[in-house]
Amino acid sequence: MALISPHITASAVAAVEYPDLVRQYRVTGVPKTVVNDRVEILGAVPEASFVSQVLAVDG
Amino acid sequence: MHADAGGAVNLETALAALGAPVRLVFFTQTFDCETCLPARQIVNRVASLSDQISVEEFNIVLDTDQVEAYGIRRVPAIAVVGEADTGIRFYGVPDGHELVSLVESIQLVASGDSGLSDESQALIAAVEQPIDIQVFVTPT
Repeated sequence: MALISPHITASAVAAVEYPDLVRQYRVTGVPKTVVNDRVEILGAVPEASFVSQVLAVDG
Repeated sequence: MHADAGGAVNLETALAALGAPVRLVFFTQTFDCETCLPARQIVNRVASLSDQISVEEFNIVLDTDQVEAYGIRRVPAIAVVGEADTGIRFYGVPDGHELVSLVESIQLVASGDSGLSDESQALIAAVEQPIDIQVFVTPT
């Protein structure tokens, strides 16, 4: 998604190395995706569902 | 593909056919960063597998211009940069599955092809507000 849009950044965060972030975002399992610090997506989900959930944060 | 020695051939194969240059912009820290050294070793090893991959290294404390330009928040960090910055970042040591993800990101950036469906691409291209995606992962 970051590749397509100049407005999108995407980070992979190694959970075990950043316990402060794990606490901040209440990461209890991986993968866990956090969009703009507020939308959460748990687990691996199909592409179309993932894209629509991420874009739901826009506007 | 794995980070062990047996996976080296696969990594090399995966990176042999890169069609465009990719820069790995690596951010480190001199003190209080146990994972920066192993991360650097992996970055340099990946770069050694292709003439198309180069490495730039910056210090998160000293190189504030680059830290700001790439929006880096912690170390170790890797920005995967092609002709332009794609906004793809890896935080932590990229081993195990993360090494696979890093290599795939390099391939994506070099090819410019996200591999997503036409429908997804159209939706994503219409984005006008900043979206920051953080995916928490583990190496196994």
